[in-house]
Amino acid sequence: MANEKLLEIKNLTVHYQSYDATVHAVENLNLSLGNGETLGLVGETGAGKTTTVKSIMRILPTPPARVVSGEIFFDGQDLLKVSEKEMRKIRGKEIAMIFQDPMTSLNPVMTVADQIAEVIRLHDGGSRAEAHKKACDMLELVGIRPERGSDYPHQFSGGMKQRVVIAMALACNPRFLIADEPTTALDVTIQAQVLELMKKLKAQYQTAMVMITHDLGIVAEICDYVAIMYAGEVVEYGTREHIFNSTAHPYTKGLFACIPDIFTEQNELVPINGLTPDPTDLPQGCRFNPRCPYATERCRQEHPENVEIEPGHFVACHLINGGGNENA
Amino acid sequence: MLKYIARRLLMLIPVLLGVILLVFSLMYITPGDPVDSLLGDNATPEAREALREELGLNGGYFERFFNYVVRLLRGDMGICYSTRQNVATRIAQTFPNTVKLASFAVAFAVVFGLTFGIVSAIRQYSIIDNIVMSISMIGISMPSFWCGLLLMLLFCVKLKWLPASGFDSFSCVILPGIALGVNSAASIARMTRSGMLEVIRQDYISTARAKGLSEFKVVTVHALKNALIPVITTIGMQFGLLLGGAVLIESIFAIPGVGKMMVDAIKSRNYPVVQGGVLVIALSFCLVNLVVDILYAYVDPRVRSQYK
Amino acid sequence: MSAISTKPNVPKKHSKLQETWRRFSKNGRAVVGLCIVIMLVLCAVLAPIISPYEPNAQDPRNRLQGPSADHWFGTDELGRDILSRIIYGARISMSVGLIAICISLIGGVTLGAIAGYYGGTIDNIIMRCMDVLLSIPTILLNISIVAALGSGLQNVMIAIGVSSIPGYCRIVRASILSLRDQDFVEASRAAGANDFFLITRHILPNCLAPLIVQATLKIGAAILSCASMSFLGLGIVPPTAEWGSMLSTGRDFLRDAPHVCIFPGLAIMAAVFSMNLVGDGLRDALDPKLKD
Repeated sequence: MANEKLLEIKNLTVHYQSYDATVHAVENLNLSLGNGETLGLVGETGAGKTTTVKSIMRILPTPPARVVSGEIFFDGQDLLKVSEKEMRKIRGKEIAMIFQDPMTSLNPVMTVADQIAEVIRLHDGGSRAEAHKKACDMLELVGIRPERGSDYPHQFSGGMKQRVVIAMALACNPRFLIADEPTTALDVTIQAQVLELMKKLKAQYQTAMVMITHDLGIVAEICDYVAIMYAGEVVEYGTREHIFNSTAHPYTKGLFACIPDIFTEQNELVPINGLTPDPTDLPQGCRFNPRCPYATERCRQEHPENVEIEPGHFVACHLINGGGNENA
Repeated sequence: MLKYIARRLLMLIPVLLGVILLVFSLMYITPGDPVDSLLGDNATPEAREALREELGLNGGYFERFFNYVVRLLRGDMGICYSTRQNVATRIAQTFPNTVKLASFAVAFAVVFGLTFGIVSAIRQYSIIDNIVMSISMIGISMPSFWCGLLLMLLFCVKLKWLPASGFDSFSCVILPGIALGVNSAASIARMTRSGMLEVIRQDYISTARAKGLSEFKVVTVHALKNALIPVITTIGMQFGLLLGGAVLIESIFAIPGVGKMMVDAIKSRNYPVVQGGVLVIALSFCLVNLVVDILYAYVDPRVRSQYK
Repeated sequence: MSAISTKPNVPKKHSKLQETWRRFSKNGRAVVGLCIVIMLVLCAVLAPIISPYEPNAQDPRNRLQGPSADHWFGTDELGRDILSRIIYGARISMSVGLIAICISLIGGVTLGAIAGYYGGTIDNIIMRCMDVLLSIPTILLNISIVAALGSGLQNVMIAIGVSSIPGYCRIVRASILSLRDQDFVEASRAAGANDFFLITRHILPNCLAPLIVQATLKIGAAILSCASMSFLGLGIVPPTAEWGSMLSTGRDFLRDAPHVCIFPGLAIMAAVFSMNLVGDGLRDALDPKLKD
């Protein structure tokens, strides 16, 4: 892979250590992302998506979390090796993050303008008044009247709060934005507005973005690349077209089967059987094998490697490695 | 906001009337005649009668209560039996001392309680946390008067650093203030710790970290203000406890405050002084709680907008 | 639908008790507290058997002696054995704690139930009375009541009991307000249950947990109040062996015989400390949600 990649995660492994068990949250994860590109990180709850992005930001609670191995290159610099002081200069300035629940991700006792101005003053300096002015501009950018800057979070609705969070994340013009299920907690109509806003701003600022979601509809709308995560691993990775048009991994197929499709004849929705495996006690072989309808003896014994089945489309599945794409 | 304060002040009136009624009734049914202790056994019946008239001890329950309230409204709290001064004058002499003592105790409790609570929360499960929490559990259980005696033993008797009694310089406030504030410091520490732990788990703390703020700023700017909101209520309640606890501490350290005055008055059946003292302390307790509620609204914008 | 069948929680009573005990016994601090409480109760019950001397036996030749093999905690100004007096003092403290709490429980639960269940004017009157009691610091209220009734064990108990009524009253009222209109109560009422039956059978069992916790914590507070009053000379009067009054007389000898003050104070602290530990442990065990 080329060096011009903005973000490159190599063999990242993160464990959570509890009293009596080790949770394998992320195992040997590889991802990369270029400038201005958008990656969708898709998977069920507990697949390790949030852990992955929080280790990019280095805001995992340690202990219990521990980065066991791996490297995270951002702009050629290994984020896992820089000092905490260096890291603080990167957080909020170079890499910004939007959290899942806008209801709880704003400080209830600070006005929203102050909260935006805080990050501006921290990284770009300037006087209090300048930062405040800039904060109000940011609010305007996300569609909030600037005079509402002196209001407190509880005076905003959920969608408005998420706009504030977006304004805060973009305030220092970061090159890389992490959005952790930014629309899950919102109403459907508000979801669409917020997504539209993010799309527009992303294009305007040329920001690269990792978007965590379990909604394939959002992926289709906004992402260039998609990584499907299952039990701490990327099981399928490719462009949006790869994932949607030549779905390879049985788990990805399962995810698609869960979505009602009005354009094709479909008798019933097919749920994926079973539950995500207990992360303290992962199955041998392929981690998906207990739930996989096509599992063979080999799947139960041997862990599948990532294989490039067409340029830029990686899959970790023995079925594909053995004999191509049966979905045709 | 002003409307809210006015309503709260208005609501104080029935409560204070209740306090007056309660204390008056308690003093009314207290056995023994103060005239006996004032004049001794040899007084003539005429002299006794004259004194009863002077002190307003004649008449039935309702008549005396009514007279008492009417005189209170005029600012007259009655006459102290032993010094023959106006009760208001005596309270004016003693109350500032109690306020001084209680303020020092509150300041001590807040400073130490907050500091230890925060440190303990940031270093949860560490040795420091365990030590602080164990000490605070002991601190909560320690009788303030015993703590006062121990401090006196150590600093006045053994080390001779500080005076054991009197109330004429700042050094006289230190020991009684600490003894009085120990319980409150301990419970504020515990409240602060659990409040901080609650807040530190919140998403907006992650947001603050993701902004690139230093851990120190995350704690002081974002966590503390949120964690303090419930603690402020505790501080208000602690102030009430401290006003009560002052009764004990003032007796030990011979501080001429309202508490000591009242204990002495109870022992000598000096009812007007007891009534006045309880009334003043109840009033200041209610006012402190009102101030705390207003402060609460000041710190928490969610509460503030309810009052608008 | 019969009234009985609408009762919540009842079939699970045993398992809930066991579950609470299991959680409680896993809490090290709470178990330590419980051990101290049991020890104090044993002291109180077995005082005549285990105390080495008569609590009021004077020995003028051995006044103000420090701790020794004969007198583990030393002797006081009249030559009385301090250890024996502390053991006997446990009787007073434990009985004040228990009986005062019973008084306030009965008063608080009754008033709270009436206020919460009937609401309206009667609720208003009761709660304003509680406000009045709450606006006077507890110690002052205790002292005033004891002054009116006269000192002595019985009056101390009454004073402490009355002044801690508001806490229980508020707990019961709040939980009745939240339960009053719930379905199982409605159903029971529709089935013809009378008010008394409704309150005692349906509503009270549901506020048992906070009441138990409050009561345990308040036993400690009651012991402390009793000692405070005696310390001021307004509670239990000498020569009865009571921790607070022992401290009070010991004050005069602080300079030369500090042990006279130290040991009774330790006893008070141990009692309050253990009750606090048990109360905290019970709260965590009864309501795991509240655990920090």
